[in-house]
Amino acid sequence: MANIISDETIEYVGILAKLELSPEEKEQAKKDMGSMLDYIDKLNELDTTGVEPMSHVFPVQNVFREDVVTNGDGSADALKNAPGMKDNMYKVPKTFDK
Amino acid sequence: MNILAYSAVELSTAIKEKKITVREAVEAVLDQIDQKDKTLNCYVTVDSAKAYAQAEEIQKKIDAGELAGPLAGVPVAIKDNMCTKDMLTTCSSKILGNFIPAFTAEAVERLQAAGAVIIGKTNMDEFAMGSTTETSAFGVTRNPWNTEHVPGGSSGGSAAAVAAEECFFALGSDTGGSIRQPASYCGVVGLKPTYGTVSRYGLIAYGSSLDQIGPLTKTVTDCATVLETIAAHDSKDSTSVEREDTDFTKALVEDVSGMKIGIPRDYFGEGLDSDVKTAVLAAAETLKQKGAIVEEFDLPLVDYAIPCYYTIAAAEASSNLERFDGIKYGYRTESYEGLHNMYKKSRSEGFGPEVKRRIMLGAFVLSSGYFDAYYLKALRTKALIKKAFDEAFTKYDLILGPVAPTTAPVLGSSLSDPLKMYLGDIYTIAVNLAGLPGISVPCGTDKAGMPIGLQLIGDCFQEKKLIQAAYTYEKTCGGFSIAAERER
Repeated sequence: MANIISDETIEYVGILAKLELSPEEKEQAKKDMGSMLDYIDKLNELDTTGVEPMSHVFPVQNVFREDVVTNGDGSADALKNAPGMKDNMYKVPKTFDK
Repeated sequence: MNILAYSAVELSTAIKEKKITVREAVEAVLDQIDQKDKTLNCYVTVDSAKAYAQAEEIQKKIDAGELAGPLAGVPVAIKDNMCTKDMLTTCSSKILGNFIPAFTAEAVERLQAAGAVIIGKTNMDEFAMGSTTETSAFGVTRNPWNTEHVPGGSSGGSAAAVAAEECFFALGSDTGGSIRQPASYCGVVGLKPTYGTVSRYGLIAYGSSLDQIGPLTKTVTDCATVLETIAAHDSKDSTSVEREDTDFTKALVEDVSGMKIGIPRDYFGEGLDSDVKTAVLAAAETLKQKGAIVEEFDLPLVDYAIPCYYTIAAAEASSNLERFDGIKYGYRTESYEGLHNMYKKSRSEGFGPEVKRRIMLGAFVLSSGYFDAYYLKALRTKALIKKAFDEAFTKYDLILGPVAPTTAPVLGSSLSDPLKMYLGDIYTIAVNLAGLPGISVPCGTDKAGMPIGLQLIGDCFQEKKLIQAAYTYEKTCGGFSIAAERER
């Protein structure tokens, strides 16, 4: 295997992806990501010098529209799905101390 | 005639002619679900009360002459990654296990406006990540042709529901083959439209630059009819394309004379099952007999599509799935210490292994230091793949090949080796990268009696050519269903 994923890398990816992995999951993730990257490295066989990265297949520009409200107040419906709510707002864990 | 054997268009005609009521059609489908779905598990949610209520309302409108379209009164199943107001929408994930949307996806709304009756939501690979419908948090779906086999994925529930007559048609979504491959495995018709043709508003995003909604149907006529109904410009989707040629049923013409069809040699090499190869080449011969000009050609870069796709799709998935954080909707872990721990625990407990695998890969390829080497490299490769197709379409109207290298694998045989599972997408994935339309049409069965799919690929906005060729093929070879194949 050409790509060896270190503990530090998998730790860092866990932070970026906001995922908490058990020690077993970490070992598996190191293996899986290594083999995926080995596979993706196949792209290095291609000479892409001077090729522009294509993010969209059509030549599209940003689309603007007037900021007009067409729907009503959906807050009650939206809040129905909240794991926690209080006083018509989402309830979240404390994010800072006074 | 057995109601369930009707196609969608035949059913709506029978309803208009007052041979059947909408309620009877709904009842027939719900009875079939009662009988079959304990085994097949095509549906995550079936809402019979709502279906009957819709049936009553739609019947009134049909009787009053307010609804006269070809889908009026026809029961439909919706893949569970399209939002449906007041109806559970889970993406087959624990993290959305209790999510009830406050709005309906645009494509689904268009079906409702046409008088289709929503029966329920179909099972899928979790967040559409998978090729077998085995990564669902709500159990596997089984293939109606042989319940020991997978239905394909990720729209496996939709494809299996159509094949098992648990609905008259279904919507699926296709990011790397997720409509065409299950259609092929279940012996139904599936079409992935040109990117931007069907609004993605209300489709829970996986790979936004690749995702498209499309129909899964019993016949090519139904396929064109459903596509015509759901294709429209939508200001709520900024990638929605304005097109005027969405009268797809006009292309239901039995004629391929002079049509130039290219067969990529690279699609018939190592790894392709011999029964699949024989059936697909026989289909090419059929089209040739009907007057098409068929020739082989070299389509380069086929082997690079999968690594390119997994880089881009994983990158977009890692970004799109950041929204599942246990705050506004979905699953929240029970105990946690502070905000970040809550995010991490909710996500880790809520997502399944395949989703986590792709999120982590995506986070990695987008991280500083690797962004150029992996993500931008993939976007450059995508440009080359698109160019290869552009060149092919200067010579050919359509590209013809298999949908998948094999027929449906046995349950449990794919997930142990993700890379091997990914290889099953080799013929479908490049179509998404290049934004092209592709259709899967049944073209026979293998020695074990499992269906085989023929794939036709068109240039951007050339769905009509796909439909015309597929229709011609279907008319020449006759319809395809489990019952018909078993009689043969």
